[in-house]
Amino acid sequence: MAVVAEQQQLDLREPKGWRRTSNRIVTWLMVLAFVVVVVPLGFVLVTTVVKGASIISWQFLTSSIPPNVAPADIGGMGPAIVGTIEITALATIMAVPLGILGAIYLNEYGGKNWLAALIGFFSDVMTGVPSIIMGLFIFTIWVLHFGFSGFAGALALGCLMLPIVIRSTYEMLRLVPNALREGSYALGATKARVTMTVVLPAALGGIVSGAMLAVARAVGETAPLLFTILIVTTVNKNPFSGANTSLPSQIFVNANSPFVGAQARGWGAALTLIVIAFVLMVVARFITARFSRFSR
Amino acid sequence: MEQSEQDVATSTQLPKSQVQATTSADAFDTGTHIFDVDKVSCYYSSFRAVTDVSLKIHENEITAFIGPYGCGKTTVLRTLNRMNDLIPGAHVEGDIRYRGASLYTKDVSPIAVRRRIGMVFQKPNPFPKSIYDNVAYGPRINGERNKAKLNEIVERSLRGAALWDEVKDRLKASGLGLSGGQAQRLCIARTLAVEPDVVLMDEPCSALDPIATGAIEDLMKEIKSRYTIVIVTHNMQQATRVSDRTAFYSVLRNEESDTRTGVLVEYGRTEQIFQDPQDPRTQAYVTGRMG
Repeated sequence: MAVVAEQQQLDLREPKGWRRTSNRIVTWLMVLAFVVVVVPLGFVLVTTVVKGASIISWQFLTSSIPPNVAPADIGGMGPAIVGTIEITALATIMAVPLGILGAIYLNEYGGKNWLAALIGFFSDVMTGVPSIIMGLFIFTIWVLHFGFSGFAGALALGCLMLPIVIRSTYEMLRLVPNALREGSYALGATKARVTMTVVLPAALGGIVSGAMLAVARAVGETAPLLFTILIVTTVNKNPFSGANTSLPSQIFVNANSPFVGAQARGWGAALTLIVIAFVLMVVARFITARFSRFSR
Repeated sequence: MEQSEQDVATSTQLPKSQVQATTSADAFDTGTHIFDVDKVSCYYSSFRAVTDVSLKIHENEITAFIGPYGCGKTTVLRTLNRMNDLIPGAHVEGDIRYRGASLYTKDVSPIAVRRRIGMVFQKPNPFPKSIYDNVAYGPRINGERNKAKLNEIVERSLRGAALWDEVKDRLKASGLGLSGGQAQRLCIARTLAVEPDVVLMDEPCSALDPIATGAIEDLMKEIKSRYTIVIVTHNMQQATRVSDRTAFYSVLRNEESDTRTGVLVEYGRTEQIFQDPQDPRTQAYVTGRMG
């Protein structure tokens, strides 16, 4: 019978000391940071649901906006919902394709030339412009000549979205490995083909996420709309002419009102806005997952 | 810095024998020359990566480029289908003729060049598309829309790349889900699908295990009757196994200006390069005395 040599028990546990301590401290700091981020979000959501849910009904979603003195069970937010959807959709149609094309120019075509550097720089500067400045800008160049309209609001929101779309798309295009581009070039593809058939599909998921961030930012903006669409109480189905209204503008007005009914409708509008943004996010995620089946 | 003309390895500073390649007489013998590389120097901005390379590449043969890191073999390979155009600052001096036509005149379209001269890269780079779409990509960008025709091209190319049996039941699956060796064969199938005249391979097996390497080497020998292949490799056994001719490149250092450049040292039939090298540097390299 072979004698099994006595082996010293190895201690493979993490050694005590500063390294273990610092590891624990940083782990707990991260948990804490997460809680700090989530708690306010939770409060906002819970408060909005608690105060807004009871008023939501088909009538609330479709009726015209009543005078502020009206009690909570009269009227609704129909015009604001229609306006928000019109204006955000128009802004998205304008800003997202333009932003994606701009980013393609910056990353695929511009290279290191001065024009690309200039555009990239000013696009980043534009990200920092306060939203109310965008509203005033559209007010002076558009509203003063053509009057208030949903389209003017869409222009202002589009200006806000554009730099976000450019920056996020640019970062996503940069992540596409050069090996993919070379593989396509080596088959005799033109630059346009390489971009359309290889680079864009490979970056699609991130581009959609970036565009959704921009939409989510725009859908909740009040300031750029103050000078561009005004406020109305009936549905304006034509975004190209006449004043319009939106959920954020309506929340702003109702929250400033001393009447209980108006405040309740304001909470309802806030909840509706959150739900719209949430639904957009989910839809975008769904579309992205559908299209990027072949991503890594 | 004005030093491009006379910095590195010109004959005024270095013995001519070091710059000029030893080329055995039978390197210029029979057959059609696919490429006629004539005194080519390649620059990346002001850095001269390769100096004065001249060689002829023969039809339906496998030509191997060997040499240590930094000797410019990949650079020379990439000049053959103008892939170097994609690197900012890269430019070429001298002339490369492909089937008699100069590749570096103004009106030559790199797109047209690359449709005839395909390339397989060091790292397998399947597109994030299905296996089928990967192979059909080339024919599609060349305007092929006919479904039946595409099906036929995809099957033929995958068979040609010895991958068909492994993937025929999952053509719609992602090309990214393949193993390294399969992915590289998919890239070869993708290259074959556009029916090129020449296939350039840049260390196609360096990321693969010996079995996958063997599969790709068999494949190369099988397809060389229809294509001309130029392969860059670090693996000297691979060069002896597959290639008909071998070009040995080396790095030339200039101590005075502390610069270096790649040069073609010796070019000839593979047996001759490995068994009877004429240049002492080739001998040192192929016998393993120098890296």
